[in-house]
Amino acid sequence: MEYVLLNALSLGLIWSIMTMGVYITYRVLDVADLSVEGTITLGAAVCARLMDLGLNPYLSLLLCLAAGALAGLVTGLLHTKLRIPALLSGILTMIALYSVNLKIMGVANLPLLRIPTVFSMVGGLLGLSKALATILLSGVLALGLAFALYWFFGTQIGSAIRATGNNPHMVRAQGVNTDTTLILGLMLSNALVAFSGGLIAQDQGFADVQMGIGAIVIGLASLIIGEVVLGQRHFMARLISLIIGAILYRLIIAMVLRMGMPADDLKLFTAITVALALSLPRLQTLWAKNGASARGGK
Amino acid sequence: MLQITGLNKIFSPGTVNERLALEDINLHLLPGDYVTLIGGNGAGKSTLLNVISGVHRQDSGSIYLDGKRIDHLPEHRRAADLGRVFQDPLMGTAADMEIQENLALAALRGKPRGLAWGVSAQDKALFHQRLAELDLDLQDRMATKVRMLSGGQRQALTLLMAILKTPKLLLLDEHTAALDPKTARKVLELSDHFISSMKLTCLMVTHNMRDAIQHGNRLIMMSQGRIILDVEGEQKKNLTVEQLVQMFSLRSGEELVNDRMMLG
Ligand SMILES: Nc1ncnc2c1ncn2[C@@H]1O[C@H](COP(=O)(O)OP(=O)(O)O)[C@@H](O)[C@H]1O
Ligand SMILES: [Mg+2]
Repeated sequence: MEYVLLNALSLGLIWSIMTMGVYITYRVLDVADLSVEGTITLGAAVCARLMDLGLNPYLSLLLCLAAGALAGLVTGLLHTKLRIPALLSGILTMIALYSVNLKIMGVANLPLLRIPTVFSMVGGLLGLSKALATILLSGVLALGLAFALYWFFGTQIGSAIRATGNNPHMVRAQGVNTDTTLILGLMLSNALVAFSGGLIAQDQGFADVQMGIGAIVIGLASLIIGEVVLGQRHFMARLISLIIGAILYRLIIAMVLRMGMPADDLKLFTAITVALALSLPRLQTLWAKNGASARGGK
Repeated sequence: MLQITGLNKIFSPGTVNERLALEDINLHLLPGDYVTLIGGNGAGKSTLLNVISGVHRQDSGSIYLDGKRIDHLPEHRRAADLGRVFQDPLMGTAADMEIQENLALAALRGKPRGLAWGVSAQDKALFHQRLAELDLDLQDRMATKVRMLSGGQRQALTLLMAILKTPKLLLLDEHTAALDPKTARKVLELSDHFISSMKLTCLMVTHNMRDAIQHGNRLIMMSQGRIILDVEGEQKKNLTVEQLVQMFSLRSGEELVNDRMMLG
């Protein structure tokens, strides 16, 4: 049981960084960016390949950021310069990345056997078990990135990106190129997602070309759980709610698995949960209307 | 200040929806001109403002602002010199951002944006002072999300954002049309205040004939994409609503049976 909890905590912390990426596109920019499904694998692939080649695991993680930003740039250019709808741009990048990721890895599954990872290194340094070291390091990284995002979105450029998701018309009237702000937002989002992918590879000890499937839904589920629990308050609180949401999501998954749900049904379960959560506002209005007409009928 | 020559704009050319929205528009505004623009629904008033600001691109003709050709520039590049307020109060502000954040975005209009903090202490002092000019008590609610404001407050804020960094040309597109009469008068008074105190050049679309006569130094009437009347000075001041109505049907060949075009 304790192992299950610790595992949910470390998975949640690592995946909370990808949730921040999803938050930037889905909530800040108001676009549903599906490229993250490919970018999370891209991060894992880049990280595993570089470490396999003998590069320092920290440096490999940093290069994940760059690889993710590049993928975000592609989606951004498809959307803004070539006027392909955002959803389709993301899908195109996602599909293209499948081949790219295979090329990077050379195989469908690239294991990191006996290669030191950032987690084993931190564990060795502080004399912690791998599980504790993973929680500590990913916790520090998640909180650090949350603060960094809080700072960035408070800057002049960050404000312009936020405003773009809110009212692009107004942003252009204030002299900002909304193509640029959209691209910047997509690059930042995918950089975080790829970084998270690199951490996942180091945590689980391999990169797999299939690992991104359903990532966007996991990100959305975590985001919504966080919002339900903490509400839509101050920006810093919202960033923290992403971390809490990602951890709660892992706990819920661990719970339903223990209750006997087959692991194969996990994606179905997550998708249904997210669909329900996203339709909540609509269901509430329908509910209210029904209630009103029922009362009116009396 | 503004020199428009031979401007034409056709929407959806070559389709059944083809629409000649601007036809050979020639317009010259002097520095300090405050021009009111009236015309029926679909006359092309908004299109003219949108082509000036780069929302739409003209099919032919040229636009110079303060001696600089701007008609080839993208919308965000022209914004440096333009202040704009739209008919829809939701259009000019970012609803989920604070009043001071919106103002900070406007304070940098046309300037490069960096990694400095979005709203500085200096900004706050300036915004407090400028918001007080609106006389809406917004200066004490600077951290309030714009979503919480009424349409009139949002429109006054948009107006302040449009003039916060002095524009070479202020474009007001029926910016009081969506407001109740009392609020509309207030926003119009504020517009007058900023235009005269900052000596702005302004092109203001209005659907209210009386306002068009009472405000500004020059009045232009559009119909079917063309300018059909252009009066200024004493002649404009002495106009009556009845004369305007008459001139409209005479020159446009239409009856003024448009209930949106109010007689004031
Ligand atoms: N984006 C657009 N696409 C197609 N037609 C448009 C567009 N904007 C305006 N029009 C058409 O151009 C004409 C002029 O519209 P507009 O400039 O909005 O008139 P006004 O502001 O004077 O009421 C109308 O016939 C309108 O339907
Ligand atoms: Mg109009």
